[in-house]
Amino acid sequence: MSEKIYTREEVQGIADSIRRQILGIALKTGGCYLAQACSSAEIIAALYTRILNLGPSAGLWDAIPFPGVPGPDNMDYPRGSAYHGIPAPDKDRFFVSCCHYASVIYCALAATGRLSPGALEKFNVDGWNMEMIGAEHSPGFENTAGSLGQTVSIAAGTAQARKWKGDTGLVYCLMGDGELQEGQTWECVQTASYYKLDNFIMVIDANGQQVEGAIRDQTLLEPLEARFASFGAACVVCDGHDIEAVAQACGTRHPGQPLAVICRTKGYTGIPPLKKRWPYLHFIRISETERPKYQKIYDEMGENAGEDGKEYA
Amino acid sequence: MPVKMERNTHEKNMLRFASEHPEVLVLSADLGSSCEVKKFRAVYPERYLTMGIAEQNMCSWAAGLAREGYRPFIHTFSVFLYRRILDQLEMSVAYPNLPVVFVGFVPGITTPGGVTHQSNNDVGVLRTVPNMAIFDVGDATEIEGVLDLAYAYNGPVFIRMLRKEVPRLFPAGEPMQFNRARVLRQGSDVLILSSSICTEEALRATAVLERHGVSVQHMHVSTLKPFTDPAILKALKKCKYGVITMENHYVTGGLGSAVAEVLAENGIGKRLIRIGLPGYTHGASKMYLMKKYGIDAMSLIRGVEELTGSSLKIAEEELEKENFVDFLEV
Repeated sequence: MSEKIYTREEVQGIADSIRRQILGIALKTGGCYLAQACSSAEIIAALYTRILNLGPSAGLWDAIPFPGVPGPDNMDYPRGSAYHGIPAPDKDRFFVSCCHYASVIYCALAATGRLSPGALEKFNVDGWNMEMIGAEHSPGFENTAGSLGQTVSIAAGTAQARKWKGDTGLVYCLMGDGELQEGQTWECVQTASYYKLDNFIMVIDANGQQVEGAIRDQTLLEPLEARFASFGAACVVCDGHDIEAVAQACGTRHPGQPLAVICRTKGYTGIPPLKKRWPYLHFIRISETERPKYQKIYDEMGENAGEDGKEYA
Repeated sequence: MPVKMERNTHEKNMLRFASEHPEVLVLSADLGSSCEVKKFRAVYPERYLTMGIAEQNMCSWAAGLAREGYRPFIHTFSVFLYRRILDQLEMSVAYPNLPVVFVGFVPGITTPGGVTHQSNNDVGVLRTVPNMAIFDVGDATEIEGVLDLAYAYNGPVFIRMLRKEVPRLFPAGEPMQFNRARVLRQGSDVLILSSSICTEEALRATAVLERHGVSVQHMHVSTLKPFTDPAILKALKKCKYGVITMENHYVTGGLGSAVAEVLAENGIGKRLIRIGLPGYTHGASKMYLMKKYGIDAMSLIRGVEELTGSSLKIAEEELEKENFVDFLEV
């Protein structure tokens, strides 16, 4: 695990600070992927503190101007993966497929000392690397994940390569449940199971929502656990807002199989007024009439966080 | 023109190539035995990844392997490597500029499998993909050289590969060169730029054209992207009547379009006749399709007549003397 030992309260504090900071961004800019922060805050906080075995960040402390698209003449640009440490055989790798969660990842990096808290001021600012939807150069991103369903395959290919090399580190891939509707996801799971990639762990923020509303009103996705199992993966389900439960689920033994950890979550956890908007929570815009209500929640979150509360708005 | 036919050149070359580069892997979506890597699977079972009939995952998975230092060579039909998985090709591989090689078999109409199997616009689509190089081989010598060029390229590569019976048109000791056209005949009246299986077909016409008094400059093009060979620019400036492109590809987007761009950008006011496929095609034998859709030697003769404004009175029989092997199997 990471060098610092985090108490449960500290991990929850990181989750709370993620929610508060994203709410702060939403208040400042008029909108953000707030529900994704609400659903995934505990999962991502647990990953960076309790689950992932990462080396110290090798990324730049501050935000930087966009370093250009990759190409034959630009392959040495600062990589987002550097924030997860220098790759080493015994260290884990962390792929973020649900890249609409970029702001959540940036906040988690800042809360765990991997990125300057001040870097968040460059979030979604023209010309900077802290983009709204992350790519290779964005802090915390191994790859360009904006087209859903591809990152899980890239992560699985990485896991296979690492298995051949004899690496003991694991490969994690964080996904949303909406993207599980992509056929490529299941192509990947069947193949990862065929190759017995027991160093590969898919962590799913199953918040049951997507752009047009509740998943159950769009297509048939459930029962997810049985679906993963029938594609050959080990699968566990947990309460995605329970830090210990998420950590324990990710530690499930899965010899000879990839592991899918389905974290059941709600996109309004921690910010109650969002519940009224369910299931239309993909991108939360805060109108002027609603502003005082959300500002009050933001302020209260700061008081609860005490002196450690990270200021942003 | 006596032409030596070679068989399963890629099968042998892939084995040779893999023996020199231990990080090279072959990925297959159930068409490996149709893409001359069946023997590879027997010789290097641990380096042959069966990915199931699932090209999207295969492409992104290859990106993961490439990120870890392996060199994946994806084998399937060309059409399934660009039309079916363009987003995976672009976002998983081309954007991060990863060294994944797409070995695309049965390009254009070199399959009787019909429209679903024919990659008539792969070059047109992939010329718009940044970072990617495109090679279009024309004979056995080029098959023997193209993997080394792909390996040396800094980024993703798409190869329009030929299989089974393929002529050896070029000396085995003169391998394909990156971004350099091969001069097959020097002349001054008309420039012919041909690629893929059309070069063999053009060779049947150029000797006859010379006999009929037309001075032909014939160059074979095997690097379609990048397309910056200074020798092509020089030849375009030199030709008296104009240029004819001839390709196993839709008339839009491929070699002909690339030449049009060079002509226009350099202000060369020469005529251009693009010989290529008129659109989607149907399933039949190669020779039948080449004649039906006008990418055969006689179509080239007609093009030269149009450029020079003179009737050459060349009969089909005069062209039929040359060797021609068909691709009968799917």
